[in-house]
Amino acid sequence: MGIVTDLITTVLATITDVLPIAAIIFGFQRLVLHHPMPNLKSILIGFVYVLVGLTLFLAGLQEALFPIGRTMARQLTDPAFLSSIHVEAPALRHWHDYLWTYLFAGAMGFSTTIAEPSLIAVAIKAQQVSAGAIRIWGLRIAVAIGVSAGVTLGVFRIVTGTPLHYYIIAGYVVVIIQTLYAPRMIVALAYDSGGVTTSTVTVPLVTALGLGLASTIPGRSPLLDGFGLIAFASLFPIMSVICYAQLSAWWSRRNSNKEQSGDP
Amino acid sequence: MDQLRRLLRSVFSSVRDLLPVVLVVAFFQIFVIQQPFPELDRILTGCLMVVIGLAIFVRGLEQGLFPIGESIAYAFARKANLRWLLVFAFALGFGTTIAEPALTAVADEAAQLAAEEGVIDIQPRALENYALGLRITVALSVGMAIMIGVYRIVRGWPIQYFIIGGYIGVVIMTAFAPPEIIGIAYDTGGVTTSTVTVPLVTALGVGLAESIRGRNPIIDGFGLIAFASLTPMIFVMGYGMIV
Repeated sequence: MGIVTDLITTVLATITDVLPIAAIIFGFQRLVLHHPMPNLKSILIGFVYVLVGLTLFLAGLQEALFPIGRTMARQLTDPAFLSSIHVEAPALRHWHDYLWTYLFAGAMGFSTTIAEPSLIAVAIKAQQVSAGAIRIWGLRIAVAIGVSAGVTLGVFRIVTGTPLHYYIIAGYVVVIIQTLYAPRMIVALAYDSGGVTTSTVTVPLVTALGLGLASTIPGRSPLLDGFGLIAFASLFPIMSVICYAQLSAWWSRRNSNKEQSGDP
Repeated sequence: MDQLRRLLRSVFSSVRDLLPVVLVVAFFQIFVIQQPFPELDRILTGCLMVVIGLAIFVRGLEQGLFPIGESIAYAFARKANLRWLLVFAFALGFGTTIAEPALTAVADEAAQLAAEEGVIDIQPRALENYALGLRITVALSVGMAIMIGVYRIVRGWPIQYFIIGGYIGVVIMTAFAPPEIIGIAYDTGGVTTSTVTVPLVTALGVGLAESIRGRNPIIDGFGLIAFASLTPMIFVMGYGMIV
């Protein structure tokens, strides 16, 4: 019963997501481009696949992952759980008493990013057009490391209560410096991977973690401090993807130097 | 037979995509929280749905979203009609964002917050208006972002100047915006790009860069998503200042 209602709600939500896109595309196709679309039938079947696949995917997440992830975020930020590790009074609690919360944030950031469908899409495209210089899994893992680091730092920020914009502005400065030294082909893709990471899987879980933390730590307002984790999750992948490109450029340079100098 | 093998392979790779999350959740549930799984059968059904759904989605990506984005890009490039291309880009950005469920959720939450902070009246009507205004603001900003981003691809301008300019805009707006809007504004940058929009917009950008002479798909084709996640921050902080 629960599954059926969930499925119907998700189908409706997915249709509202896809319908405007389909209307715009076919409207322009008809009225402006006057150009018949090649393989129209196959593309339409593809759209149906997207609709069905996304619906199943989202409904399954609602069923399996989101409830348990949310409960877990609540339990790990619960004062009762924290005091089972540390007997001190809450007022004496330090930022390093939240070790499990950081680990959870980092592990969740990494693993949900690996499962993110829009990142898979961008990685496939990137491998196609870079003729294999950028690998699907290399990019996905680089982005996942970035999200993981970002969310962990974001949790640290909520725990310590430092202002969000200091971190973001410092992050911008790092990104700008990295851009100056980055291989040119990675720059646009790296900026893109910031926005891509945070869609279906990551956002609900990370938001639950932020709101849970902000509502259990004394002195934090869930409304003022609970937001901002997504911003971290979309800033840090830019840095990690540029690092990935620099490492792989360095790696291939090293290998070709070795070949030239005749080393084994 | 070949179809079946392809299907099996894509189901297998979906399992691999989902495995890390399952391991993380299981580890924390068993070793840290030390509790049994509630409703294990429900969780297993859900995981099965996620795996099959992801496999079908990736298939649809390659058969539906990528080709359509590319064919639109080629058709516009062949027609060489810049004005309509920009109109299309704006419509795509605006249209996909205004209906985005994640954005609606954030907008409602933001309205609640604004009411509690005393920025607007605590009345259903005022809340609704505030949330709708916020959604329109974000949708406008994404429309503008895709439009400017497409124009950049056509011209072949380097992306970093735009992004750095955008960052400066965000920093300046942060200095003037009311504090309660900042967290939300920063987060809206991340929620605007849905799972359907990203592949389509990426295919559009790469397709344009491939079909315009002198553009390189990897250098020029990407970057539309980056624009779409940067402009909402600036626009939403502006909205917070005006309301």
